[in-house]
Amino acid sequence: MAEQATSEVQHTEQMSFVRKYIFSVDHKVIGKQYLFLSLFMALVAGTMAYYVRWQLAWPETAVPGAGWIPEPTAFSGIIPPEFYNALVTMHGTIMVFFVGMPLLLGAFGNYLLPLMVGARDMAFPRLNMMSFWTIFTASLCMIASFFVEGGSAAAGWTGYAPLSADPIYTGVTWGLNLWIIGLALEFTSFLMGGINFLTTTVTMRAPGMTMLRLPLMVWMQITAAVLFMLSVGPLVAGAILLLLDRTVGTGFFLPGKGGDPLLWQHLFWFFGHPEVYVVLLPGIGAVMEILPVFSRKPIFGYRTIIWSTMVAGVLSFLVWAHHMYVSGMDPNLVMPFSITTILISVPFAVIIFAFMATLWGGSIEFKTPMLYAIGTVTTFIIGGVTGIFNGSPPVDIFIHDTYFVVSHFHFTLFPSVFLGGFAALYFWFPKMFGKMMNETLGKIHFWWTMICFNLVFIPMFVLGMGGHMRRIYNPMQYDFLKPMQGINQFITYSAILLLLGQIPFIVNFFWSMFGGKKAGDNPWNANTLEWATTTPVPHENFDTIPTVYHGPYDYSLPNQNEDWQPQHLEKEPAAVA
Amino acid sequence: MSGASTVTEYQATHTVPGRMGVWWFLASEIMVFGGFLAVYILYRMASHGAWAAMAEHVSAPIGTFNTVVLLTSSLTMVKAFEAVDKDARDKARNYLLITVLLGVAFLCVKGFEYSHEISMGFTPLSGSFWSFYYVLTGLHGLHVLAGIIANFCLYIMAVRGTLWSKNCQGRVEFAGLYWHLVDVIWIFLFPLLYLSY
Repeated sequence: MAEQATSEVQHTEQMSFVRKYIFSVDHKVIGKQYLFLSLFMALVAGTMAYYVRWQLAWPETAVPGAGWIPEPTAFSGIIPPEFYNALVTMHGTIMVFFVGMPLLLGAFGNYLLPLMVGARDMAFPRLNMMSFWTIFTASLCMIASFFVEGGSAAAGWTGYAPLSADPIYTGVTWGLNLWIIGLALEFTSFLMGGINFLTTTVTMRAPGMTMLRLPLMVWMQITAAVLFMLSVGPLVAGAILLLLDRTVGTGFFLPGKGGDPLLWQHLFWFFGHPEVYVVLLPGIGAVMEILPVFSRKPIFGYRTIIWSTMVAGVLSFLVWAHHMYVSGMDPNLVMPFSITTILISVPFAVIIFAFMATLWGGSIEFKTPMLYAIGTVTTFIIGGVTGIFNGSPPVDIFIHDTYFVVSHFHFTLFPSVFLGGFAALYFWFPKMFGKMMNETLGKIHFWWTMICFNLVFIPMFVLGMGGHMRRIYNPMQYDFLKPMQGINQFITYSAILLLLGQIPFIVNFFWSMFGGKKAGDNPWNANTLEWATTTPVPHENFDTIPTVYHGPYDYSLPNQNEDWQPQHLEKEPAAVA
Repeated sequence: MSGASTVTEYQATHTVPGRMGVWWFLASEIMVFGGFLAVYILYRMASHGAWAAMAEHVSAPIGTFNTVVLLTSSLTMVKAFEAVDKDARDKARNYLLITVLLGVAFLCVKGFEYSHEISMGFTPLSGSFWSFYYVLTGLHGLHVLAGIIANFCLYIMAVRGTLWSKNCQGRVEFAGLYWHLVDVIWIFLFPLLYLSY
């Protein structure tokens, strides 16, 4: 098989279009496939958010742009409660599993990891291809679920049992089965991806690339892969049991048949909390690459960041029940989980301080990737600090089922997925597509997104403190919520603006790809190995595998001619033979 | 180096990518079955003895026999690996065949057991214990089947002689690692399902 693969490599030039761009085994092409998939799914899930927001601001009026949805899903643009539940469920599911993970791990992990460690490809290129086509099939399952009898899953993105375990509660039959199958396929896809990430990093590093010379993005990617691999198993087990409850008629999660609905929550959150870091770590990994480059300083506390990440990774397995304070869990368990939850903010605070110390005294250049990187950190701090509120049970019991928590997790996930993702995209776009992105459009996109995001979610904290429940269809049914309806409408206006703010990005993305200024090999004067190869990157990444002489963040060192020292060049300028 | 199709001039560690990949795969499998077993044990503890009445209908002698079959197959798998290591090709081929046959024997006994239990009226819907019994042994059975297919492919390759090429070295080891995992999972399932009522 390897002989066959070698000959594949040698005959790249003659490969057909299908082998080269569709069923490709090249990690760079696969990374771009993930990128386009995730951006497409982001549009789908963003549209769902718009429908949801309209219903909350102007309940049971026709949503402009929803008239095309046939009955009985919607009635000439008016969204009925069943469809509203489906929209909320699928918005969450798609954003986390089909936007966040494919964008940060799938696209940037696949594209960057072999380049950054100095390898020719992933350790298992065909497994890599299979992982993309598995998540592609999973995406089709998710989209298909809207078109089956009974509509798509409507039990929340967490799929709490017994709501999800018996079709009589939601009226959804095959929609939720497809949801479970789609998620199971997505998990399989990222397990295959994770095996590739870890094996590539451990066994295929370039000469001289020790573990402590790896760029932090690689560290974040492999930590995320380990967290995912060790946390998803119990949920796979849970998903099998849930599917059997729905199809065969067993009663694992149905109290009437001797089951326990709370068990599903434990299985879901045992995975769900590490999953938050699976999405976060690659996002801040991109920030860790961008900050040193645009402040021309070494990153502060390289090893401290790695150790903090590992501590956070271990702790992330011990905090899951903080999602369940209001679920009727044993009160004796509340205190230990509260302590671990508040503890986990410590390693992340260390990382944030390391970021600030990196910026301190640097020659900061506010290019678009840098703006996004700083935006990621500042926005995430709000998410992190409100997380401490939620970690404290007396506070959490009041705010947990309100919009406070909705706002909190958007303040953690939006920065990691979108701000971190955009930072990465603006930063690595020149390497991926060989063209520079337009700076002016990029800055317009940044400020528009940043301001509108805060206008959407800061008022949501106020709504939540006012007692606005999370999962309601029509706030106007409650007298005590009526005075706050103005805030709901303000949020919806801002959300529409936030969605429109992505137009500059879409224009910039395609316009730059085809007509942008040609990028050199290393437009940002960065040190890591992906900038050491030519642009566009050749099929096997490097003409000859580079030798690595030092760590990735040697910027502005004393007694050097340049303020940057690429990893593959020796430090003394005189020593270049 | 089964899956590694890239040209590597330099190797960072002595571990070949294939072995490392298999170990990570096994780690994720352990988490899946670990989740199942944890759920099973918690339910069983919460049942306050109600499961014991259901659990006494499974046949411990048949379970013991199957345990012996599966353990023996692990032994023959190790023997096959040892023979590959010493380049004793006929021996390796025969041991692979015995491993496959023992795996098939395990599934046949399991199938006989299922049909007997169903004929007595114990189906996956006959209570929580039985639901777990069929899910756990069924999923384990699927893993056994996957292992049988992998080992049978290796046997065919051994017969044709393609197993001895440099690109295929390590495959018997990787299949063996997986086969032992399937065996270890059974070592947990056997006492939990058959012996603890």
